[in-house]
Amino acid sequence: MKTAVAASALVAMIACEPSEVERGWECIAPANAGGGWDLTCRTVGRVLRELSLSPGLVRTSNVPGAGGGVAFARTVARRSDDPNVLVAASPATVLRLAQRQFGDLTENDVRWAGAVGAEYGVLAVAADAPWQTLDDLLAAWRSDPTSLVVSGGSAVAGQDHMKVLLLANRAGIDPKQIRYVPFDGGGEAMTALLGGFVQVFSGEGSEVEGQVEAGRLKVLVTLSPERLEGPLAGVPTAAESGLDVTWVTWRGFYVPPDISEEEYQEWVRVLDRVGRSEAWAEARRTNRLQPFFMVGDEFSDFVHAQVRDFQAMSREIGLIR
Amino acid sequence: MDSLRHLVDGFGIALQPLNVLLALAGVGIGTFVGMLPGIGPINAIAILIPVTFAIGVPPESALILLVGIYYGSQYGNSISTILLNVPGTASAVVTAIDGHAMTRAGRAGPALAASAIASFVGGTFSIFGLVLFAPVLAEWAIRFGPAEYFALMVFAFSALSSFASGSVVRALASTGFGLWLATVGLDPNSAIPRYTFGRIELLDGMDFVVVTIGLFAVSEVLQLLEDTGAGRSATALTGKVMISAKELASTGWTMVRGGVIGFIVGVLPGAGGTIASFLAYSTEERVAGASGRFGEGDIRGVAAPEAANNASVNGALIPLLTLGVPGSGTTAVLLGALLGLGITPGPLLLEEQPDLFWGLAASMYVGNAFLLLLNLPLVGFFVRALTIPRWILIPGVAALAFVAVYAVAGSSFDLVLMTLFGVVGYVMRKFSFPLAPVVLGLVLGPLMEKNLRRAMALSGGDWGVLFDSPIAITLWLLAIASLAAPLALAKLSPRHDAELPTTREET
Repeated sequence: MKTAVAASALVAMIACEPSEVERGWECIAPANAGGGWDLTCRTVGRVLRELSLSPGLVRTSNVPGAGGGVAFARTVARRSDDPNVLVAASPATVLRLAQRQFGDLTENDVRWAGAVGAEYGVLAVAADAPWQTLDDLLAAWRSDPTSLVVSGGSAVAGQDHMKVLLLANRAGIDPKQIRYVPFDGGGEAMTALLGGFVQVFSGEGSEVEGQVEAGRLKVLVTLSPERLEGPLAGVPTAAESGLDVTWVTWRGFYVPPDISEEEYQEWVRVLDRVGRSEAWAEARRTNRLQPFFMVGDEFSDFVHAQVRDFQAMSREIGLIR
Repeated sequence: MDSLRHLVDGFGIALQPLNVLLALAGVGIGTFVGMLPGIGPINAIAILIPVTFAIGVPPESALILLVGIYYGSQYGNSISTILLNVPGTASAVVTAIDGHAMTRAGRAGPALAASAIASFVGGTFSIFGLVLFAPVLAEWAIRFGPAEYFALMVFAFSALSSFASGSVVRALASTGFGLWLATVGLDPNSAIPRYTFGRIELLDGMDFVVVTIGLFAVSEVLQLLEDTGAGRSATALTGKVMISAKELASTGWTMVRGGVIGFIVGVLPGAGGTIASFLAYSTEERVAGASGRFGEGDIRGVAAPEAANNASVNGALIPLLTLGVPGSGTTAVLLGALLGLGITPGPLLLEEQPDLFWGLAASMYVGNAFLLLLNLPLVGFFVRALTIPRWILIPGVAALAFVAVYAVAGSSFDLVLMTLFGVVGYVMRKFSFPLAPVVLGLVLGPLMEKNLRRAMALSGGDWGVLFDSPIAITLWLLAIASLAAPLALAKLSPRHDAELPTTREET
């Protein structure tokens, strides 16, 4: 009897398997394993499963290339009405869209579902640097804009460059005068600061925490609406110095363009549940992400506004026409 | 000594029964996965990381498994490099030169054994380096700025002047081709696409795996077609399987030098195993002088890059764990794994979690040792793969590579590109242009360009910055010396010159 039950269970399992795979959700990370987008997919995928929001495991597939462009193009071209796929995104995606680096594709070619966490931009200097506050640094910068060199982990016109330019612009420094040197990732850019090759590091909060605790770096400003959680809680925001500049490196998702309105609303509802769950709050802290939560139309409007901001800035410094 | 005590504690952790079992499993799986061309160690680890998280073992055990997989796949990669001439990493491209030449001469067994033993010796040396010099070297790595990196690249390329016994002009032409390939993609300084012809797939540049598989494996298939058409049958020799004591002894100092070079270069973030194995190879070539048969199956040409590559892995741990900066592609993936396990690499890790740092170092050593134990007895088994007729083996391998590349990136464009590079590789072989410098140019070119432009940006366009520090000047002098040395030697000892052609003719 027992054997018969076990056998039929096994048969049922095998019979179910293909359809299970078909219905299963997939999260596309537009980069290789190990990066931020990959982590977003895997972490959110795990939480979806824990909360029983997804049918079975959420599969993460890596589609690297062109800073997310390959995954973007493929989602638009081949998966345009697939209701079971999420694609990880961040301001890096938006920046490339704003600068029209994905060919003819634009932010209107997908639907923006929501963001569930974020990091915020910071500027750091060496622990023994003469500047104690953002105002000190800006004063030095204003008097001789070309005397300081900034390092960052992204390419020219990428995120780390953009955040310095936005700040400089608001502070009345000519963005064209800012000297920025790109490195391969935040780690190398920070090493250049520690080695004394540059004077300012532009990056994200989580990148500098370790060095701040070791007393080798000091963070002069966070580009966040409020002070950060964790070791950088003592660092003032740009707004506290009277500069209205924030840089949110949100972690979120877009979905294919041609899914039905109900299917889109279903994704919004699912991400909403994730964002409010305790399981996600915990996973977010483990991954050293700050709270940031926005879904549906609000998020979509936010992304479109970001595109316009980035375009304006890129045009101003002559990166695009 | 404090660090030595921690290392002993580390071994205590690494040698627990569960961890030993995981290390063995990792090495076994890694060897198998690494043998598949087109996957390579980085992808092998990346693919298997979720598995590590899923089995729910403590962080140090998960790390041991990952490290085992890493070493295993590195060695598996050497197997396909030596037996089939299909390198899966840039450092293996150097091993391929003499490793595959040895296979063609029926000495595949000794080549595989030398690779395993050299890896072990390199690992042993570098672990002592880690114990003795970790904090000092972390400081040294920070002083290495863009100008110094640029000088290091120039030094590495100057080693090409005598590369692998071929014509210098052809080697330089191949390097130039590789450097040109390296410029394809988005320019990092101005975000302007170069040579992309509007193809979104080319924005990231040429993928290393796509180029290598095309140049090496696909062109081999074409060559095979031609041979078969011409009625020539390519029978592989298996020869003797075991390495002789004399052969092993001849590589003793080679392994030591390779280990030291590898460790030091490995400490520099971004430089990693490629430059290490490259420099170790050319150093040996110079040390051997006229007694060497580099490029034609010299066992030292296998031992040097393998020892250096393995030692560089331990070296790369220093910037990873003390600065949080990954020193190589593989350590970048390991970094992701560490973060996933809730461990934050950084300057305080060595002070706050010494058990983790030294546990990792110890487990790397254990992984290394298991690799030797597991694989030396299997050398004969691997060599037997050569008895499969080449007209089955090589197309089979190429087909596997196509599947692997498609599985990893999911792009049919890559497959077309791979085929194109196969044709390019075939033509290059016909005109006896060496293939290895293309890959080295492709891998090192972006580093060279970026660092030159960084140095220029930092100095505001003043070229003097390139010769501004003692480290940079030393590297420039080394570069000049390595260019001038072969010429000077040839002038000074005409006797060697006369001997050389005869030795070449014998082979």
